[in-house]
Amino acid sequence: MSFAVEARGLTKSYKNVQALAGVDLVVPTGTILGLLGPNGAGKTTTVRILSTLLKPDSGTAQVAGVDIFKNPAQAREIIGLSGQYAAVDENLTGRENLIMVGRLFRLPKKLAIEKADELLAKFNLTDAGNRIVKTYSGGMRRRLDLASALISNPTVLFLDEPTTGLDPRSRLMMWQVIKDLVSEGTTVLLTTQYLEEADQLADNIMVIDHGRVIAEGTANELKQKIGGERIEVRVPIEKVKQASDALQNIGSGEVMIELDHITVPVSGKGGSKVVEAVRALDGLGIEIEEIQLRQPTLDEVFLTLTGHAAEEVNV
Amino acid sequence: MSNTPRSVSAEYAAGHSKIYWLIHDSKIVAWRNLLQFYRNIEALFFDAIQPIIFILLFAFVFGGAIDVGDSSYRSFLIPGIFVQTIAFAGASASVGLNDDMAKGLIDRFRSLPMNAGAVLFGRTSSDLFRGVITLVIMSITGLAIGWRITGGFFEAILAYLLLLGFGFAMSWIGALIGLSVSNPQIASTAGFAWLFPLTFVSNAFVPTQTMPSWLQTIAEWNPISAIVAAERLLFGYEIDTSTGSFPMQNPVLMSVIWIVLILAIFMPLAIRKFKVATSR
Repeated sequence: MSFAVEARGLTKSYKNVQALAGVDLVVPTGTILGLLGPNGAGKTTTVRILSTLLKPDSGTAQVAGVDIFKNPAQAREIIGLSGQYAAVDENLTGRENLIMVGRLFRLPKKLAIEKADELLAKFNLTDAGNRIVKTYSGGMRRRLDLASALISNPTVLFLDEPTTGLDPRSRLMMWQVIKDLVSEGTTVLLTTQYLEEADQLADNIMVIDHGRVIAEGTANELKQKIGGERIEVRVPIEKVKQASDALQNIGSGEVMIELDHITVPVSGKGGSKVVEAVRALDGLGIEIEEIQLRQPTLDEVFLTLTGHAAEEVNV
Repeated sequence: MSNTPRSVSAEYAAGHSKIYWLIHDSKIVAWRNLLQFYRNIEALFFDAIQPIIFILLFAFVFGGAIDVGDSSYRSFLIPGIFVQTIAFAGASASVGLNDDMAKGLIDRFRSLPMNAGAVLFGRTSSDLFRGVITLVIMSITGLAIGWRITGGFFEAILAYLLLLGFGFAMSWIGALIGLSVSNPQIASTAGFAWLFPLTFVSNAFVPTQTMPSWLQTIAEWNPISAIVAAERLLFGYEIDTSTGSFPMQNPVLMSVIWIVLILAIFMPLAIRKFKVATSR
């Protein structure tokens, strides 16, 4: 397997804060790596280092075989970057923005214009193309920013929280765009605070917290790591205590109670565990209002791995 | 998507020198700055009106109160206002670049395989273009209220070139400030604050002879004073270059030295700062 991105031992400190404490990561060519973590975990720092904007204190990194610290200029020819805030010029039109980036990418004028129009069409911005960006919605700006990053047909694309602040419809649209890019052969490294986003898009997920990688694998592998599936039961609220004691014996880990919902991790064959649970509760005369067997959410993964919820801000 | 070979940029770039690309990239950034600027009607209006206000204000408010000897204060003053206005234009580089940084555009530029100096050269040269417009407006206003160029034609050309060279140099100081401060509000304060003492502790508005001797020394070695004196000389206003400090005896030479010195110091500093500039 070839790696489009390969980084070893990246560290970076600001004044008294260690932003990265030794991050290793690889992204196989043509896949999406999702860097998942709360604010201040070191996600943006990682992306900024890999996109040559920031020098790490130590570590090595190659993007498509190019040593990015030795040859940043060469690296910039093969990467695309779309940051957390849409880096577009508000006083130019969408089309002018793209032509400017294309020209600065040293595309001949004619090709820059062609590429600009092609990308406007691809991102549903053709009608808005000759309008000043000031009049664009947040979702349109993000799409334009991503289009700017794609002018050069980058082999590797870095996306820093590509959907933060977008409405659900724009988010779905952005997801589709990212999926399409990868199906065309682009390699993507994206950061996200949205567990659902990593689950939806990423082939591999790295969970990062306080500048360290605390877990990595596919979404399924991560879920396995914290004890397989979950049985979730809803019972009348006065029976919750009794029911949870019974489920404790069946489960492989700690029972979680939230009002009338009881969640318990189970190992082995999930289906037969459900049967066991139904029998046990029925035997106690507890009416089951709802029961389901499900994969753990990435929120649960994060909570187990870090001891705090993913939303927590550690800046 | 059509498949542009990913090395198209490298192939295309290989055929040209580094200087070619610096000019190519700077031109695109300058085009963008001017497009952005001339689309902003408000900014355009104030950019045009400010030099007119400066000239009228100083000429009519201070005009009668300040005694500069036997010649008229306006002829003395107009070159001073030219220099002050051009110096203040340096702050627009601070504000513009910091704004680009805050909006993430500097990140965008830095992620492109473009020449590292181009964003700054683009900025300073688009400001230079604006400087030309400003000088035209100010000269017309000056002529309308009685200022005259009484020196030779080539001297006058040299006078304008010195003004533009000085403006260009000031833009590089402004660029360094803009890249060094954390947000656009601070950039506009920091970009302007130092210009007040710089322009007022000089011979721009009053003869330095009226200042205490220690301040007079500072004022005469202030780059502004050398430029102002050179302007007066070249525009044909009688000034005494036979006595006083070295800059006041050789204002044109000293102006050129100041411009070269400022560029030699601040160009590399600003470019170095740009290479590590980040939005946060």
